[in-house]
Amino acid sequence: MAAVRIPPTLRAEVGGARQLEAHGETVADVLEDLVSRHPALAPQLLDDGELAPFVNVFVDGEDIRTLDGTETPVRNGDNLILLPAMAGG
Amino acid sequence: MARALAPSLLDLVGSTPLVELPRLSPKPGVRLYAKLEGQNPTGSIKDRVAKAMIESAEASGELEPGRRLIEPTSGNTGISLALVAKLRGYPLTCVLPASVTEERRRLLRLYGADIVDSPAEEGSNGAVRLALELAERDPALFMPFQYGNEANPRAHYEGTGAEIAEALDRVDVLVAGLGTGGTLMGAGERLREAFPNVVVVAAEPLPGDEVMGLRSLADGYVPPILDVSRLDRKLLVSNEEAVSGLRLLLEREGVFGGVSSGAVVHAARRVAEDLDEGVVVCVLADGGWKYLSAGFWDADDVEASMERSVWW
Repeated sequence: MAAVRIPPTLRAEVGGARQLEAHGETVADVLEDLVSRHPALAPQLLDDGELAPFVNVFVDGEDIRTLDGTETPVRNGDNLILLPAMAGG
Repeated sequence: MARALAPSLLDLVGSTPLVELPRLSPKPGVRLYAKLEGQNPTGSIKDRVAKAMIESAEASGELEPGRRLIEPTSGNTGISLALVAKLRGYPLTCVLPASVTEERRRLLRLYGADIVDSPAEEGSNGAVRLALELAERDPALFMPFQYGNEANPRAHYEGTGAEIAEALDRVDVLVAGLGTGGTLMGAGERLREAFPNVVVVAAEPLPGDEVMGLRSLADGYVPPILDVSRLDRKLLVSNEEAVSGLRLLLEREGVFGGVSSGAVVHAARRVAEDLDEGVVVCVLADGGWKYLSAGFWDADDVEASMERSVWW
């Protein structure tokens, strides 16, 4: 079981929750579990079944794109954070 | 000093000091260094980028004398462009999220820039969106566009990265803040040439809920100059962690850094924990001066005091 932090942009799709529990051994499994319970998330998170390019997923504070992508393992008690890609400067 | 006499303030951009931070290293075998970019003329690393973008646009003939510039910025790039624009004779409009600290707004005005506010809740992405719209609508405007301008990473390849490679015999880790990706791409590439096994680490801000009010995740924005596959690690740093990093920096080493510098130090110490020995270089983008009005310095709830602003 992992805790998934939901960004403000997606809270309407999950009934207002800031954080949800989800199951899975990889990021892909966790996202699938979330989408199965909250289907409105699918068009926001996924693009042709892949993680959408403007969505960042962090497992314990590290971007999965510099780990193993959606195959990054998720351990029991891990914290996941979903974020829109944001610029700065 | 070799550069005691400079023909122009713009000749003092770059060649910033690199200082060791022995009291911040979590392990005796790990040497931590900081590149003090706050010592540039307007007080941030963006002087390098602003100067490079304008010089390159002048050299290519894209930018005619006196043409008005427009740029989306969370502050530092705007302030740097305002200096370059003043000395080279261009009027400047900055598109700035309404949610930045008052110092940044005031400095821009004092340097002579005009300000257009973008919606606070859209953060920096909202400034990018609005500036692109305004530039599209008025072809008389010239937008350097730090997010898509190759002169940005090139300034860090030829400047920041080259200076670090010259100063040190060994670099195992480079840590810099992620905003446009310019420092990480440019300095990262230059250091990889000198030290092929260098680990390039991005420290990325976890924005407060109040400045993430995008309509959908599709409004997320990845700068065209940023290639995430060229990063070895990308670590999220909360506002609270960034502030604890900048307090450590100040208390132990006397270095007065900005919020992103605190985040870089936090990320560097996290990475250093996994090393037995090595050399870690932190790029500290600015000093703490522009954040003095912020409430986080003595807030009980640091995170709550920061969630309404864009910090870098």
